[in-house]
Amino acid sequence: MGGKRGNDVSLIDEQNQIRTEEMLLNVGPQHPSTHGVFRLVVKISGETILDAEPVIGYLHRGTEKLAEDLQYTQIIPYTDRLDYLAAMLNNYAFCHTVEQALELEIPERAEYLRIIVMELQRVASHLLFIGTYLLDLGAMSPFLYVFADREQIVQLFNEICGARLTYNYLRVGGVKWDAPPGWLDKVEAFVRYMQERLSMYDELITGNEIFLARTRGIGVFDTDTALAHGMSGINLRSTGFRWDLRRNKPYSIYDRFDFEIPVGQNGDCFDRYYLHLLEMNESLKIVAQALQQVPDGPVLGKVPKLIRVPAGEYYSGIEGARGELGFYIVSDGKDKPYRMKIRKPSFLNLQLLPKLLRGQNMANLIAILGAVDIVLGEVDA
Amino acid sequence: MGNWQTQPLTLPSVLAMVLGAVIVLVLALGVVTYTIYVQRKLLGWMQLRIGPNRVGPLGLFQTIADIIKLLIKEDVVPASADRPLFLLAPVLAFVPSFLVLAVVPFSAHHVFTANLSIGVLFYLAVSAITIHGVMLAGWASNNKYALIGGMRSAAQMLSYEIPLGLSLVGVVLMAGSLNLNDIVLAQQHSGWWNVIPQILGFLVFLVASTAELNRTPFDLPEAESELVAGYHVEYSGFRFAFFMLTEYVYLFAMAGLCATLFLGGWSGPWLPGWLWFAIKVVLFIFFQFWLQATLPRMRVDQLMTFSWKVLLPVSLVNLVLTGFIKAFW
Repeated sequence: MGGKRGNDVSLIDEQNQIRTEEMLLNVGPQHPSTHGVFRLVVKISGETILDAEPVIGYLHRGTEKLAEDLQYTQIIPYTDRLDYLAAMLNNYAFCHTVEQALELEIPERAEYLRIIVMELQRVASHLLFIGTYLLDLGAMSPFLYVFADREQIVQLFNEICGARLTYNYLRVGGVKWDAPPGWLDKVEAFVRYMQERLSMYDELITGNEIFLARTRGIGVFDTDTALAHGMSGINLRSTGFRWDLRRNKPYSIYDRFDFEIPVGQNGDCFDRYYLHLLEMNESLKIVAQALQQVPDGPVLGKVPKLIRVPAGEYYSGIEGARGELGFYIVSDGKDKPYRMKIRKPSFLNLQLLPKLLRGQNMANLIAILGAVDIVLGEVDA
Repeated sequence: MGNWQTQPLTLPSVLAMVLGAVIVLVLALGVVTYTIYVQRKLLGWMQLRIGPNRVGPLGLFQTIADIIKLLIKEDVVPASADRPLFLLAPVLAFVPSFLVLAVVPFSAHHVFTANLSIGVLFYLAVSAITIHGVMLAGWASNNKYALIGGMRSAAQMLSYEIPLGLSLVGVVLMAGSLNLNDIVLAQQHSGWWNVIPQILGFLVFLVASTAELNRTPFDLPEAESELVAGYHVEYSGFRFAFFMLTEYVYLFAMAGLCATLFLGGWSGPWLPGWLWFAIKVVLFIFFQFWLQATLPRMRVDQLMTFSWKVLLPVSLVNLVLTGFIKAFW
């Protein structure tokens, strides 16, 4: 590089070739395309990546440790801040584990409201993926389009729970508030609107030659590799393996709805993008069906004021926006968990990254990292 | 002011030259200022947002405020940068961008510009100097991102210079002259603009010029999502302003070149020549902004492949076809 350097360094190596050097490049923690404070130390030769080492932990807040000193209801707002793009799903994953431990009965209306907000949340999260992924690939407009659509979901959530990002809406045994009057009609109108928008996104993005050239056959891995690395969610399904906890280990009332589990064929970045689009459509289908069936009734079951989970170990996983999101709770019978462990899908999906990046072009780094779809709040927890 | 080259240098003629240069400079600055404003407004409309609307009526003074901000910012030269080269790079990038405006005929009479007999060649030769500025900026910053950006930029601009040049040769063959004014006159004489007989060359020119200007989908040197900002990552204040200015002056110059070579320049019915020229320039610039709002970015290796394996053969085919037409028509 420029600057002061001794003139005694020869520019020619032993074989009389121009001497080249490998370069260590810090991508992040402040970098526009690492989706948060993620750092990647890459060793490059020209623009080819020889080695990549992810460095995580910049957003570590010790949620698991903090939970040991919090009552079960108090933990819920902390889960909001894990995967901050899918807070409803985090809320549910935690509440579900506690409910299983307590063997609680959930009121019907609460179950339906939960399904509706969870699937809307999945749509919001996937929308943001598509926007940021296209932004990573250099297309600016989709990002602003999806934000306009996501805003409608955020507004719906704001109406039902008074928050736009960290909802703290679900409770052990149900939900905190019933839907305000007219809310369900608004959701229905949104579902119809969004279905049209999805076909528009499909037309605008999916066939773009530049987009295809940048994502087809990039970052390919197979089912065995994915399973060996504990991957789940779209990263696993993109390899053609049909595994969705909503179908394979049904929780809540997912067995009542008719929906597909789309899978990819090649396990490349394009498949991962396209599955996001297809899954949004399926989520909207679930919401539409749930809206038809919502009964009247209470939204919070009979739950003791101070929740004491019986001594023992409990785990339950749900299909989060990024994969299997699970909470593992060890209880000694008190009102606080003895130990809480979070199965963070983003964290596990990230583990394959160094292998995927080796030998790739610098520009592919962003395409591959983006398609893994990580949220640093969850990776670092 | 007529034909400068044939007149002896006298004090009035030198003064007139300086005056002409200043007027072109002011014109270019004005055009650039409002090109940036229009870009932001257009992108805003295409992206469901409003765009600048705070400074002055309809945000019309936004760019001026931005320029003032950049000019009064602290002048930072990184401690580890190669200081002389770091200071030289923006100048090297910027000066050629204004120099090329000297040959673009804004109207039928070269009022403020040079009626150079090698206009096309002059444009290509001078604009190539900018690559050095960009490369030096990337190198002298002593920043890894800037280095990669600078190298990408050099590779890209060199690769696309060739199809760009070859696509112009077709036009030169049609007119039988390298003089930009003669090329316009030839189009006026033949009755159709070069965009019709030279459609192949026009398409190559359109793609290659987009790449020359480092604009979407060929904006790799400044690939924000990969390289943060590319070669000018370490530049701030007025030096950064110079790089931005270079970019937009080239956009204006390239639009002028496109209008002159393929769209008949200042020729056209009813309206005055300068207005026709302005309309054609605006069309080209609008097209660039439209692309920017629509397309993702290409990958660096795909970019090179595209230039050498697609654009170059197509421009050569165009050249041969034009040669045949000229020889046997």
